[in-house]
Amino acid sequence: MNLGERIRPAAGTGDVEPADIERIYRSLRLIRRAEEKISQLYPSDKIKSPVHLSIGQEAISVGVCDALRADDVVSPTYRGHAAYLAKGGSLKAMFAELYGKTTGITGGVGGSMHLIDMSHNILGASAVVGTTIPVALGYALAGKRQGSDRIVAIFFGDGATEEGVFAESLNFAALHKLPALFVCENNFYAIHSPITERWATQRLCERVETYGIPSERIDDGDIWRIRDWTATAAMRLRRGEGPAFLECRTYRWREHVGPNEDYESGYRERTDLQPWIENDQILRLGRMIANARRMAIDTEIENEIEAAVAFAESSSFPDAAALCHNVFAER
Amino acid sequence: MQRLFATMSSQNGSTRQLTYVDALREAVAQEMRRDARVFVMGLDVDDHKAIQGSTRGLMEEFGSERVFGTPLSEDAMTGVAIGAAMAGMRPIHVHIRMDFLMLCMNQLVNIAAKSHYMYGGQVRVPLVVRTMIGKSWGQGAQHSQGLHAMFMHVPGLKVVAPSNAHDAKGCMIAAIRDENPVIFVEHRLLYPIETHVPETSYEVPFGKARLCTAGKDITIVGISNMLVECLQAGELLAGIGIEAEVIDPISLVPLDVNTIADSANHTRRLLVVDTAWTTCGAGAEIIARVVEQSPPDQTIVMRRMGYAPTTCPTSPVLERAFYPDAIKIAQAAHAMVRPDAQAWQPDPERALLSHQAGFRGPF
Repeated sequence: MNLGERIRPAAGTGDVEPADIERIYRSLRLIRRAEEKISQLYPSDKIKSPVHLSIGQEAISVGVCDALRADDVVSPTYRGHAAYLAKGGSLKAMFAELYGKTTGITGGVGGSMHLIDMSHNILGASAVVGTTIPVALGYALAGKRQGSDRIVAIFFGDGATEEGVFAESLNFAALHKLPALFVCENNFYAIHSPITERWATQRLCERVETYGIPSERIDDGDIWRIRDWTATAAMRLRRGEGPAFLECRTYRWREHVGPNEDYESGYRERTDLQPWIENDQILRLGRMIANARRMAIDTEIENEIEAAVAFAESSSFPDAAALCHNVFAER
Repeated sequence: MQRLFATMSSQNGSTRQLTYVDALREAVAQEMRRDARVFVMGLDVDDHKAIQGSTRGLMEEFGSERVFGTPLSEDAMTGVAIGAAMAGMRPIHVHIRMDFLMLCMNQLVNIAAKSHYMYGGQVRVPLVVRTMIGKSWGQGAQHSQGLHAMFMHVPGLKVVAPSNAHDAKGCMIAAIRDENPVIFVEHRLLYPIETHVPETSYEVPFGKARLCTAGKDITIVGISNMLVECLQAGELLAGIGIEAEVIDPISLVPLDVNTIADSANHTRRLLVVDTAWTTCGAGAEIIARVVEQSPPDQTIVMRRMGYAPTTCPTSPVLERAFYPDAIKIAQAAHAMVRPDAQAWQPDPERALLSHQAGFRGPF
């Protein structure tokens, strides 16, 4: 096995062990294959839930989550399968949720856009862009008040940075030195609108730094750099030094919502995709693992996905009588 | 009013006269002493004016981690309060006027109201949103709106609008202990009004209306400070032999329809007076619910009163015309009870409300 220079963390927080590579590869590959399975199943109409696939963007969720503790909190977006799975959310409960079954992670009321798993400290996702940013900050505030050193990683896209609540949240987090990691997944498009038609300048990190928040941009999607930045930032946050901001440039390989590609629709070119395919972190990590071992991992992943689909298929639909359960919480 | 609450609270031990604003403050202070998870946030909750006095002394007693001012940022601050609530805290988010809640709508409607449901019961949002309706002295277009019906529309939000100090304290304690987001609607003109308020901690439960005065001729429902106007109207009506049954719904979600419907089916007349516009309002909802649960052959004469269907003006003359008041309510009730009688002009001296005469601006 040749670890080589390519996987050396930029800031050098430590060597990468073979076990790290296998664990991270496994997480990346599971997310990719699970979403490809969703894509494959979608024409059957068994999944009646708008899916926003993170294919191509997995390395951000996996890189960040791998550097977090189990008791740290993550706040995913509606394009959240990756963050949910990377933080340890149940694959079976996710598929059952997509199928609208009682065994789904919310029992079939939330769907793909509202995944949550509080047992793994995964906050609920929202379909309204940017909305979860301050909610996650509320968690960070509560944690700080409760004397915990847990941190909260908040995922959002480039579009969310255009919402007023993003600026409000940055200010409040910096003002109160909240233990929040802001992670912007910049895939250059808000649905179909390119960033050049939405931003007066591309200097997002500079904007954020004016709030007194240290910021970094990672252009190449390098999972080791993402993981390393997170580990370093997490240490700072646990010491109470206040929030940090990461802009990760990335690329959404599929359409905004739905299972397909959309390079024929005219708003972007397939040639834009090509460098990201060549930079695919899953292939990159896969090459670092001996063939036989990698194939064994891949087989385990396929089996896990098949089991999750079978679980979703065999689970029951909710009883319509349960329609109005949980409108209000009881004391 | 005071008679009413003197009898009501005698069962709660030691009581004394307290204003609405002091009752609110006492409720929050008692809950903060009882439960370390309760905290207060909002623009200027910790300044020298202390939200008209309603948060006075809290920062000194509980410290700046539990009582803190915020940037304006109503959208993000609402999200922060919601997140803290999900994380096990008991936030009270304070807004000095209800108009500012429009900046919180996304968080309240899309997250606070829905989280318990759409996340399959994995989280709950025990959040209190304190908000005050302004009135008079030129509060005008954006410092006077009663927008509670907007929140009543959305499943998952509770909406409560106490009309007096006793209920302000009891509802606030109930709201803090509730496991759901509660929109707590206060009214600026109620702040200086005193009633008997028990010293001990107590809850006024949501979903239980109060029969304030018994009467056989007409049921009058008054929401928030309109309850005060309705009680005054009831006294004017009594002077001409009309007995009004005045009801305070106290909470709008949940709504105690039974008490109102039972009364309306008895008096056969229902007048609902809101401190808000009537279109798609609480009055429309109350009347619809009464109709839905009344016998099909029952005839009940019904009417809504509320703000004039325009933006609130500032000139005193226009402002007076904008709001229902005791005389207008009494006249409307009179016309419903005695449709064939000539128009009636109550004595304006008798209709004066001491709290309205007492309010001076600017805020």
